[in-house]
Amino acid sequence: MRVVVLGIGNVLLGDEAVGVRVIEALQDYALPPEVELVDGGTCGMELFDQLIDVDLLIVVDALLAGKKPGEMVRLAGAEIPVFFRSKLSPHMIGLPDVLASLEFAGHTPKEAVVIGVQPESFALSLEMTPLIAACVPELVSRVLDELSAHGWYAPRLAEAA
Amino acid sequence: MSKRVTIDPITRIEGHLRIDVDVEGGKVSRAWSSGQMWRGVELILLGRDARDAWTVTQRICGVCTTVHAIASVRAVENALQMEIPLNAQYIRNLIILAHAVHDHIVHFYHLSALDWVDVTSALKADPDKTAQLAESLSSWKLNGRHEMKAVKERLAGFVGGGQLGIFTNGYWGHPAMKLPPEINLLAVAHYLQALDVQRKANKIVSILGSKTPHIQNLAVGGVSNPISTDSQSVLTVERLLAVKGWIDELADFVKNVYLIDVAAVGAHYADWTKYGAGVTNYLSVPDLPQDTKGTKFLLPGGYVPGGNLAAYKPITSFNDEFWGKGVEESVKHSWYDYSEEKPLHPYKGETKPNYTDFQDNGKYSWLKSPTFYGKPAQVGPLARVVNMLAAGHEPTKKYATLALDTVSALAKTKVGLDAMHSTIGRHAARAISCAVQVDMLADQWQALVGNIAKGDVATFNKPEFPKGEQMGVGFHEAPRGVLSHWVVIADGKIKNYQCVVPSTWNACPRNEKDEPGPYEASLLGNPVADAELPLEVLRTVHSFDPCIACAIHATDVENASTIRIKAS
Repeated sequence: MRVVVLGIGNVLLGDEAVGVRVIEALQDYALPPEVELVDGGTCGMELFDQLIDVDLLIVVDALLAGKKPGEMVRLAGAEIPVFFRSKLSPHMIGLPDVLASLEFAGHTPKEAVVIGVQPESFALSLEMTPLIAACVPELVSRVLDELSAHGWYAPRLAEAA
Repeated sequence: MSKRVTIDPITRIEGHLRIDVDVEGGKVSRAWSSGQMWRGVELILLGRDARDAWTVTQRICGVCTTVHAIASVRAVENALQMEIPLNAQYIRNLIILAHAVHDHIVHFYHLSALDWVDVTSALKADPDKTAQLAESLSSWKLNGRHEMKAVKERLAGFVGGGQLGIFTNGYWGHPAMKLPPEINLLAVAHYLQALDVQRKANKIVSILGSKTPHIQNLAVGGVSNPISTDSQSVLTVERLLAVKGWIDELADFVKNVYLIDVAAVGAHYADWTKYGAGVTNYLSVPDLPQDTKGTKFLLPGGYVPGGNLAAYKPITSFNDEFWGKGVEESVKHSWYDYSEEKPLHPYKGETKPNYTDFQDNGKYSWLKSPTFYGKPAQVGPLARVVNMLAAGHEPTKKYATLALDTVSALAKTKVGLDAMHSTIGRHAARAISCAVQVDMLADQWQALVGNIAKGDVATFNKPEFPKGEQMGVGFHEAPRGVLSHWVVIADGKIKNYQCVVPSTWNACPRNEKDEPGPYEASLLGNPVADAELPLEVLRTVHSFDPCIACAIHATDVENASTIRIKAS
């Protein structure tokens, strides 16, 4: 059993950082050895190797889902966009392309969930907006809920000690 | 009556490279290439310790990270006139080559092959005939009929699920697609195999560079890889042998699959040898230093003006004056101001933004316009191959002949070197260059192991910064061509820093004399059958392997389309 919790985003662009910040916050928890935290940053195809033949993939990302800023969204199975888009540059490879490549190559994750939040601003900034920064604990708890639904309990490190 | 077509790709919310063309009578009559993002790394570096510059500059980009790290340490080493231990040169060379091989494989199969390969047509292919054709072209082990049949079935499931996204309408099935179903199926099979193979090149970079993207093992003066033959935590014989295994697998794929596929695709698009030449002044720099001073190189480089190989002039060392004095940048059409209205040498370069909005005849890009002795120059694999051929480089001659002979046999007509000055020629050159470089990868591995076997384990010379001012340039023949970093150091701190990157040479706006840059020039005369679906424009722009800035990665479930085509 292999589980990957993947946070993606560009930390220079305000709320785009939220996926990465959730991964950082998850480091305070005693995760079982099967669960790997991956800070995917702005990687595209480089993620391919790490996502091969994963049993459960949990992605945390800023999600443009037409919701109010700060509203959280859960996508699972067929709701997750998996397609190839036209692109001019290797920089334009996103998660849907990586997932499509994995599927095409026969390495698709057995189960995948995207936990997202509608961002407020992608303006150039090292800080997220207060609204989205305040969503991080809830996003962390939603990731832990997904894990516990599969039978894993991950206490805070302070509690575990 | 002309029609303006704007292709403004947006990763999600922000455009980076914008191409505008005027289409008249089914052909491009005017073209503009515009960088839509401000880099500004030069300003971040001012006042910093010169030894730290490489860690900052490689953050320019999230794909070609190693190249900026390499150019940056070389610039500071050049300013100090340092010597670099041989092991450090070899380790850097291995990283450079593995990165290049990775980049070229991914560019062809995963980023641009789909401009030429019609995936839906592959569903009509006969797997037996595909396998026969493939086995007649090369000895690659995964060309059998069972493999082709399995790929066709997987593809059918994928297409049935609607996962080809926007390609289903318009892009694939476009009238400009010309390959027979069997070659389309072969390309799809190799597309999947390439996904697996490219990982091995990346592993070499991460083992030697400690991490990829953004390697961590460089230092001004060498590399930080300690070498020991018997310790677990350093560069051991075991790790070196793993690297050799991956090199062998890459060599098999590049020579028996990639090079052959490019020839097979090229043979069916003979038209495209007539389009896309653009600027034929070819500039490349020598790379893969073989001595501590950087005066002997495995990969030759130089300048070929106007496509005339007889006029080749070599660049021979990191201190080469012909190179160092030839480069200038103009901002007449860029969103910057200079204190004087003339092009400036990078040591005197200025980075003062002046955004004006897009002006057809004025300023329209964040990229500056570099020139070599006042002329625009094309850089990249085609420039590299042309210069290596002009230098009489035997391995390049061997693979260029193999590629052109394969094209000639399939097209049943003699295709010569002239065909290389074109859109499709840039793809061929990239494959030829990749074959040459994958052999060099094995060569440099042997050189490193041989040198360690002599008992040399040195990897670093400590830099000493004298009082006063020093200037240096670091150049590197990156996958997309000539990359140079120019540094002025005062008392160990950075006083000025300018990066002149490959895509600035190729994607630049018009220069001081209003001459178009290579992208712009290459688009003139390109056919455009349907202005709403300008696949032909994308083909030519893609052939350069554009790489403009770092992406933003938010998942957009509302809008699957990333290319907006505005016709007005």
